[in-house]
Amino acid sequence: MIAQLISNQAGAVDTWKTLEIAKGETPKAVALPAGDIIFPLAVWRARKEEIISTHKRIGLLLQPDDRVEDIAADLDYFIVIAVNFPKFVDGRGYSSASLLRQRYHYQGELRAVGDVLHDQLFYMQRVGFDAYALKGDKNAAYAIGHGFSTFGDAYQTSTSQPQPHFRRHTA
Amino acid sequence: MYKYAAIDRQLVNERVAQFRDQVRRWQSGELTTDEFRPLRLQNGLYVQRHAPMLRVAVPYAMMSSVQLRKLAFIARTYDRGYGHFTTRHNIQFNWPRIEDCPDILAHLAEVEMHAIQTSGNCIRNVTTDQFAGVAADEVIDPRPLAEIIRQWSTLHPEFAFLPRKFKIAISGTKEDRAVTWFHDIGLHLKVVDGEVGFTVIVGGGLGRTPIRGQVVREFLPWQHILTYCEAILRVYNRFGRRDNAYKARIKILVQALGVEEFTRLVDAEWAHLVDGPATITQGELDRVTTCFSAPGYDTLPAHDLAFEQCRHTEKAFARWVDRNTHPHKVPGYAAVTLSLKPHGTAPGDITGDQMDAVADLADQYSFGELRISHEQNIILADVRKSDLHALWQEARAIGLATPNIGLLTGIICCPGGDFCDLANAKSIPIANAIQARFDDLDYLFDIGEVDLNISGCMNACGHHHVGHIGVLGVDKNDAEFYQVTLGGRQGNDARLGKVIGPSFSANEMPDVIDKIIKVYLANRHADERFLDTFDRIGIDPFKNRVYEGRAHGKARVSEREAA
Repeated sequence: MIAQLISNQAGAVDTWKTLEIAKGETPKAVALPAGDIIFPLAVWRARKEEIISTHKRIGLLLQPDDRVEDIAADLDYFIVIAVNFPKFVDGRGYSSASLLRQRYHYQGELRAVGDVLHDQLFYMQRVGFDAYALKGDKNAAYAIGHGFSTFGDAYQTSTSQPQPHFRRHTA
Repeated sequence: MYKYAAIDRQLVNERVAQFRDQVRRWQSGELTTDEFRPLRLQNGLYVQRHAPMLRVAVPYAMMSSVQLRKLAFIARTYDRGYGHFTTRHNIQFNWPRIEDCPDILAHLAEVEMHAIQTSGNCIRNVTTDQFAGVAADEVIDPRPLAEIIRQWSTLHPEFAFLPRKFKIAISGTKEDRAVTWFHDIGLHLKVVDGEVGFTVIVGGGLGRTPIRGQVVREFLPWQHILTYCEAILRVYNRFGRRDNAYKARIKILVQALGVEEFTRLVDAEWAHLVDGPATITQGELDRVTTCFSAPGYDTLPAHDLAFEQCRHTEKAFARWVDRNTHPHKVPGYAAVTLSLKPHGTAPGDITGDQMDAVADLADQYSFGELRISHEQNIILADVRKSDLHALWQEARAIGLATPNIGLLTGIICCPGGDFCDLANAKSIPIANAIQARFDDLDYLFDIGEVDLNISGCMNACGHHHVGHIGVLGVDKNDAEFYQVTLGGRQGNDARLGKVIGPSFSANEMPDVIDKIIKVYLANRHADERFLDTFDRIGIDPFKNRVYEGRAHGKARVSEREAA
């Protein structure tokens, strides 16, 4: 089933397509489709100049083991960065998001894709995601209504609240 | 002890509502069993051999009598009338129904308790020394900083889905009693040039691959502990292995990178975080410290005449005082351990009625507070020496005055194969059989200090690696066998025990322990403890005695075939 895009805590139409490298294709040779495309990091690395010259709106797909540091200098090119969660229990994407927002000040859309479920939305929002490709068979209306408001406050610093609770509420 | 502020209460209540909704969605099929599993684990809910098991946190070991009475209520209402204290400052209920757990969590929230992150691949309950705040050898009370770390780690959005579980322990005393060398992060509080800070140890752990932790920073001023932990956790979350659960703990990452490279990565990460907003303020430390202010001690003479008299005239009382009371930094007071190791019961188990009775004792004798220890006992930390005799009599009446703290039968023991799904072998019957063999108190006292730790599997919940005598349940072709280690220890000189040789069947175990003890008794010098003799004579005399009559120290042929 097709994922259901949630953007800014509301249902949204997804104009983006993710370039998939089929068996037998390589990042260097794969055809670059027109339109709003999310490119895997390997394609971006191999074809950066070409993509910049042919696409006004560029998206990037990061896998859990892709290092954010490697694209830190390129962030201004991207309208969307999609961070993949192959399994929801693989938490590396939370650190990728934290680094993109807090250290490298990425301002574009940060989208969680893959095994994206209701019960992870709250934490995803806190580390800096603002778009979520909720799995197709899940209740998007319920997720929008309840998934972002699970907790009303937090102790720690995060992208959504850079000050810890103890600095906001001094006794 | 710590009292919840508005935010603590809010988060715990919201957690109950969240979990209630998750259980509902799981029951209705909206959440699959695989999707629900990590969520329930992060609320301490396992599905075990017979029934679910709910693990409730007792942060840094502190509890009030009000909280203990609530646990008694839960044990009676939702369980089979008892609970089990673990080696990491938790209490486990073995028989709740999953659908009752949201209500149980709501009851816990009423008394400022929870089960948040008591399991799952996240930052677990922060533990410390059960004598924190009263120990005679204390340098810094670790509890305020433990509470600050607890808050930081609770519902941390970046570190909820780590490669594996993550455990932090803090020690503030000269002699480490928090097993800090065998935690993912171990912290030693100390004072250098008048400044309070931590020695930071990373990458220790027991389990399948026991490794002693390594120092990554000799001295870290206290203000920086959250940013530094954040840096460690981020490096671990990004680079820890996720392809094999047995190689996913941070200790494996530290070993793979080498401690220098690991430290370099952490320091590079920390350079971005240091002095940032997560730096702890003096105001916050002061606010939390106030919660742990000393109770209203009376000014008492260091020696209580009536107490000393009872001690000289009543042998049973004297024995209990020897083993179950501990020095206190305030004159006229002592800390008391109530033994949850009476012979013939499951070590660490306590009935609801005993909980109520202990709550009454805490109210009467110890300012309404108690602690639990990683040795699975209960501590009343602030008892007047003049009350010790009365307390001893009452504790005896409820079966909690066995004078075996630090002795052979004060066994640390996991629930094992009787309850746990992970276990390879039963552990409680082994503990009980050994207790039955050494039931003579004169003999037990003559043997003196021995830590005997039993785990039912490699996960090492019974800390067998650091027992002077360690027993590990192993599975050999579907039969339960037990491997014995000698010479392990906790404390500043913490080290892993050495395997004595091939494993034994359950019914051999009392004899094996007996032979080990006999070797010690035959070889000891005056004033030598078991461990001292072991260190002097080495493992061979023990090995030779235990495997006497066997070919090359191997198990008997008949048993090899049976196994």
